[in-house]
Amino acid sequence: MADITAPAYRVIPIIPVLKPGSMEGPGPYVANEKIQEGLGFPGKLVDDWHDQAIAKMGELLGKYRSLKVFMDACVHCGACSDKCHYFIGTQDPKNMPVARQDLMRSVYRRYFTLPGKFFPKLVGARDLTREVLDEWHNYYHQCSECRRCSVFCPYGIDTAEITMAGREILDSVGYGQKYDNEIIGKVHKIGNNLGLPGPALIDTLEGLEEDVKEDTGIDVRFPVDVKGAEVLLITPSADFFAEPHIDSLIGYGKVFHATGTSWTLSSMSSEAANFGMFIGNYEQLRKVALRIRQAALELGVKRIVVGECGHAWRVAYSFWNTLTGVGDGADQDDQFAMMLQKQLDHRYKQPTHICEFTWDMIQRGALSFDKEANDKHIITFHDSCNVARGSRMGDYPGGQFDIPRNIIKSVANHFVEMDPSTTHEQTFCCGGGGGLLTDDLMDLRVKGALPRMEVLQQVADQHGVNFLAVICAICKTQFSKVMPYYGFNRNMVGGVHQLVSNAIKLSDK
Amino acid sequence: MISILFAILFYFATLMFIVGSIYRISVYTRTPAPLKIPTTPAPITSGGVVMRMLREVVLFESLFKANLWTWGLGWLFHASLALVLLRHLRYFTEPVWAWVVFIQPFGMYAGITMLLGVAGLWARRIFVERIRYISTPSDHLMLALFMFIAVSGLVMSFVDHTDVIAVKGFILGLMYFDMQTLPSGFSIYVHLFMVASLLIIFPISKLLHAPGLFFSPSRNQADNPRDKRHISAWAKQLESEK
Repeated sequence: MADITAPAYRVIPIIPVLKPGSMEGPGPYVANEKIQEGLGFPGKLVDDWHDQAIAKMGELLGKYRSLKVFMDACVHCGACSDKCHYFIGTQDPKNMPVARQDLMRSVYRRYFTLPGKFFPKLVGARDLTREVLDEWHNYYHQCSECRRCSVFCPYGIDTAEITMAGREILDSVGYGQKYDNEIIGKVHKIGNNLGLPGPALIDTLEGLEEDVKEDTGIDVRFPVDVKGAEVLLITPSADFFAEPHIDSLIGYGKVFHATGTSWTLSSMSSEAANFGMFIGNYEQLRKVALRIRQAALELGVKRIVVGECGHAWRVAYSFWNTLTGVGDGADQDDQFAMMLQKQLDHRYKQPTHICEFTWDMIQRGALSFDKEANDKHIITFHDSCNVARGSRMGDYPGGQFDIPRNIIKSVANHFVEMDPSTTHEQTFCCGGGGGLLTDDLMDLRVKGALPRMEVLQQVADQHGVNFLAVICAICKTQFSKVMPYYGFNRNMVGGVHQLVSNAIKLSDK
Repeated sequence: MISILFAILFYFATLMFIVGSIYRISVYTRTPAPLKIPTTPAPITSGGVVMRMLREVVLFESLFKANLWTWGLGWLFHASLALVLLRHLRYFTEPVWAWVVFIQPFGMYAGITMLLGVAGLWARRIFVERIRYISTPSDHLMLALFMFIAVSGLVMSFVDHTDVIAVKGFILGLMYFDMQTLPSGFSIYVHLFMVASLLIIFPISKLLHAPGLFFSPSRNQADNPRDKRHISAWAKQLESEK
């Protein structure tokens, strides 16, 4: 894919003109029969896909209030129309959130509303044809489910919910996406997205212990399957070997070491990511999450801590209690949840983000840092979409913005913010989230990174920023891949706990 | 004769509006929200959620963040419409409530600002490329409907006065099933016909954004998933299968 180039920065960030059809195409690779059937979906497009798709839509409309209300409530006001990074980067009008929703809303109106049944042209309703289905596959895989549009919608319409429903319908008629569904299959079979089996994981972690020993002279352990450990760490499997992810894993290990926390990983449940959310399938979402419940019960841990990963933190924070009982406040007669909630230590929030853990320890004075160790870095922080708009940290709204920044400021001297219209709740997606982190979507990924790259360029020019700190495995991979297209060094990207790792003072015990 | 037609039309329209809206709202109420999906940062308590919804309903907080033009025109239109509607209570009550008497002059001029709001929103729909792209014929018709209602109402107020006492008699007659004659006039016919149309299409059109907002999970959920287990009936069922 040598012909992929980054779009030019906008001189002032004006709203781009429309280029209809600029992202038309077949969309990402379609999942093969083996992948599909592994998840219990039809292997290939079923003969009566039309009827099945409409039936599935009807089922989802009855199961999800979000979908039902969002289908009805839109008034086409256009508040969202210039808010999507993929629209800004591609100028394809179908990447405007409202237009993406309308790909489904037009079908909803045709089959589920009176005006659409009798006056389809008037209300923009249309039949579900093969062309429409192909369009869904293409454009519902040009949405990273980042929820930026939902911040601005006067009715809170969240395009992510509609994208998820679209993918769910496509899966149910045998038209799945290869990348997402293949990965979910690996988690079911092996326990992580990478398909890294237990022995290989243990081997990798032993190597890591040696590296850290060589580096620091200290025996920092990376324990696996330790029964009775206090903390179970659930982290994205990319942390086990991908760059720069692994440097953050070392950071978590050092924090646990320095605070004397007994902790463990699980070889059976070695994945925080949950692509079940990306495909909007509750059963898959639940099945992937249940491995964590199982590991927690088997290992008898008191706390569950989650590593740096955006959508995983959304799933953990917002959905784990619902899906698996990891959390608090279940009814006394809720045996499924109580079984686990009785075991967990409720002096701490369950689950806890690694940033919450580290910040808590910093506040207690349990950690000390050599901030000068990070002096070569002029740091800015990219809020990952799922953390910013789909979760929280700490005990007040917006803690998810402050805690990672507080950590950075505690371990480093040079920190600057990017343009406030692109951070906090208004942050832009990295361009690779929501199950799109695949090479067959590289063109989209490069273009989708445009709004973030523009403001990164600003702080690089004005303040000499040379380190983009993130707390998401997808952001890390995406940025290190697409930043060279914009003339940045790929090594500029790193985790918050990589900075912690650089500066933390360790002792021998 | 025309009075009878309008009487039938209004009984029908009111029935459609009430039955349709109750049906829609009951569907929204019945449909579960299986996952916690508030757009964060979100309030942690239900009191906070009430405040968030109030800001959304009264001030259009999210739209304010999105686009100042759309917010300004939209808010102008909706606030004017609310005033106009409240002013119209005088045609449904006898004696007229004191606060309705008080807002009467404001309500009159709100008709003008409402028209300005509609015109501005329509201009946006026509001249802004992105908004034009997403507009359906029904989006334009909806604005036309409001425009006709506003213009015909303003004409009656400021140009071609209608016998409002008689109109009020007609309306009270409808309410108490005591048929009265509707004064004749082009403006009053247009005005009433359009208002009846609006009532009829309310439960089957995008006007559902009004009740919809209150049921939007991204706005009406409290951000407390770690503290309270949230589970829907159909999801709970999965836990007993195994």
